[in-house]
Amino acid sequence: MNAPTDVRVDVEALAKRFDDVAAVEDVSFAVAQGEIFGLVGPDGAGKTTVMRMLAGVMRPDSGHIVVDKIDVVADPERAKRHLSYMPQRFGLYEDLTVDENIRFYADLFEIPRGLRDERVGPLLAASNMGAFRRRLAGQLSGGMKQKLGLICALVHTPKILLLDEPTTGVDPVSRRDFWRILYSLREGGVTIVISTAYLDEAERCTRLALLHHGRLRYCDTPRRLKERMPGALLAIASAEARAVRDSVAGLEGVKGVLLVGDGVRVVVDDDARRAPELRRALEAAGISFASIARAEPTVEDLFVGLLREGPAS
Amino acid sequence: MRSRRLQAVAVKEVLQIWRDPISLMIALLMPFMQMILLGYGVSLDVKHLPICVFDREASQNSQALLKRFQASEYFSIVAGFDNYRDVTRALDRGLCRLVVVVPTDFTERLTDTGRSAVQALVDATDDNTANIAIGYAQAVVTGFSSTVLIEASALAGSTVAVLQPIAAQSRVWFNEDLESRNFIIPGVVALVMALVGAQLTSLTISREWERGTMELLVSTPVTPMELMLGKLLPYFAIGLLDAVFCLAFAVFWFDVPFRGTLMTLFFTTSLFLTVVLGIGYLISTGIRRQVGAAQIGLLVTLLPTTLLSGFAFPIDQMPPAVQAVTYIVFARYYVTILKAVFLKGSGILDLTAPILAMIIYAGIIAFLAARAFRKRLD
Repeated sequence: MNAPTDVRVDVEALAKRFDDVAAVEDVSFAVAQGEIFGLVGPDGAGKTTVMRMLAGVMRPDSGHIVVDKIDVVADPERAKRHLSYMPQRFGLYEDLTVDENIRFYADLFEIPRGLRDERVGPLLAASNMGAFRRRLAGQLSGGMKQKLGLICALVHTPKILLLDEPTTGVDPVSRRDFWRILYSLREGGVTIVISTAYLDEAERCTRLALLHHGRLRYCDTPRRLKERMPGALLAIASAEARAVRDSVAGLEGVKGVLLVGDGVRVVVDDDARRAPELRRALEAAGISFASIARAEPTVEDLFVGLLREGPAS
Repeated sequence: MRSRRLQAVAVKEVLQIWRDPISLMIALLMPFMQMILLGYGVSLDVKHLPICVFDREASQNSQALLKRFQASEYFSIVAGFDNYRDVTRALDRGLCRLVVVVPTDFTERLTDTGRSAVQALVDATDDNTANIAIGYAQAVVTGFSSTVLIEASALAGSTVAVLQPIAAQSRVWFNEDLESRNFIIPGVVALVMALVGAQLTSLTISREWERGTMELLVSTPVTPMELMLGKLLPYFAIGLLDAVFCLAFAVFWFDVPFRGTLMTLFFTTSLFLTVVLGIGYLISTGIRRQVGAAQIGLLVTLLPTTLLSGFAFPIDQMPPAVQAVTYIVFARYYVTILKAVFLKGSGILDLTAPILAMIIYAGIIAFLAARAFRKRLD
């Protein structure tokens, strides 16, 4: 792992329990200035909990967080002035207009009005939202809501930007706008920590941290992580996903099986050789399926493949 | 504390109230509805009580007596019967609350012995009304019998007026016409304040939790104090506005006298608002669901204000244990003050004790509310 030089976010031995469940355990990482650092992992891996602790809205049980040289655990209020946090759930007021929301957050950060308008104009233009300034936020599309959230988060020009699954459920056009803004921020020296469930987004990050059951399992550049992904991925489309999973799980060459919405993803050592074998096995078991095809790995698949091998040593 | 942030929160809250039909309705329509409902609906007066008569004698004397009942503003005769079965049925069906039965030998006994009796059958399912009705019926009969006495002594040629050794001349102060409306309406102001204050503010914080806006809000530099004051100021203004509305409605529509000063009214109303808004805010910080918060809000403010403040049900008629409880019902002090300001014209100096109690209450609540909100998700 390459240690960053100009550290902006430094997390050390972070832990948080909810009742008896360890949500985050012994998580450490460091993010350098200008990085887009991705947190990835399945639902319940602890991404949101880590994000909340970084943002100073949740207190860790133990561990240290230093953001822009400010100890977030000791002085969260001071840190909040320098960072910006966009929660997973839309956090703006649906009964306020675009402009009213922006004004509200600018006022909370005490941005002078002239400066605010100077900053907001280009942001609205870059996100193609200039025409919707007087529309209620509740009447915006999912993508526009997220772009509005980003504009509100940027109105006080934070040095650190924390984004919790900002593009989940967002249309491709808005996602593209969104990432264009992120890139330009990065060029301006903003450090970004983002959690995502999309592999194409994860690949745009400078580095990725893979969280699983509250623990950090891998942390590396996307390219190196994918190189570590063993074998290939097969997608089996079937209405009887559970039956498919159970019957292929023990077969030779199968390294992992994951249930998805429309069937099953299977990690195999060699897709050309194993696909026909799986087909025969399912036919023999009398389980109906629509297709078996090679698939591009998503972040979740990456998990199935990598986590089979156990934690990084 | 920064005024810019406080102002931002207040402006945001006003916009949200303005765009939420339910909040607007509670803020603007509720006072009107409460005034109408309680002004017209709750009357503790017994007036024009429906009664029936059963005149078994049907003489000049008996008719004269019944005419007195009819002439009284407390009763109005709705039916006459000629048998007990119909009388019983009329009471059973609630056609009337009282039946006057004149016996067949009414005049005969009166002329023979100088004494006679009439029967009053009273529906006492509502004991309060029954007691009052019996009292008024006795007054009517007493009036009648003194007329009979005067006439009889005039007939006998006596020049001596009928002696009345001591007559009590009572004069009622402050509510001269004994209008129960004058007694109730000032208390309605407290009810409206409690309703608006608790209902609306109990939602402000829980709404942020429920809609998911709290997570973003706590990640900003806004302080708990700025948040609390910014959120409560608009409701404070609404409360005062409603108070003005209630006052105007009471004075100009219901003709309730207002003898105190506006200064006293607004000073004490501000204190009461501080308490109810503070309580609503406390509830809201403790309960993250709007429905639950609203229900608790009603339970701890509106309910005691209605039942235990003396607003309609006099405290000195309650059992001692309940009376003791009323001392912790903050609305009690405000209702006492309201009635005194409206009807007696009392000033701040006359009301030191209840005002002091309210100041202490407001201080405690403000102290707790200021510490209630933590800018954290866990």
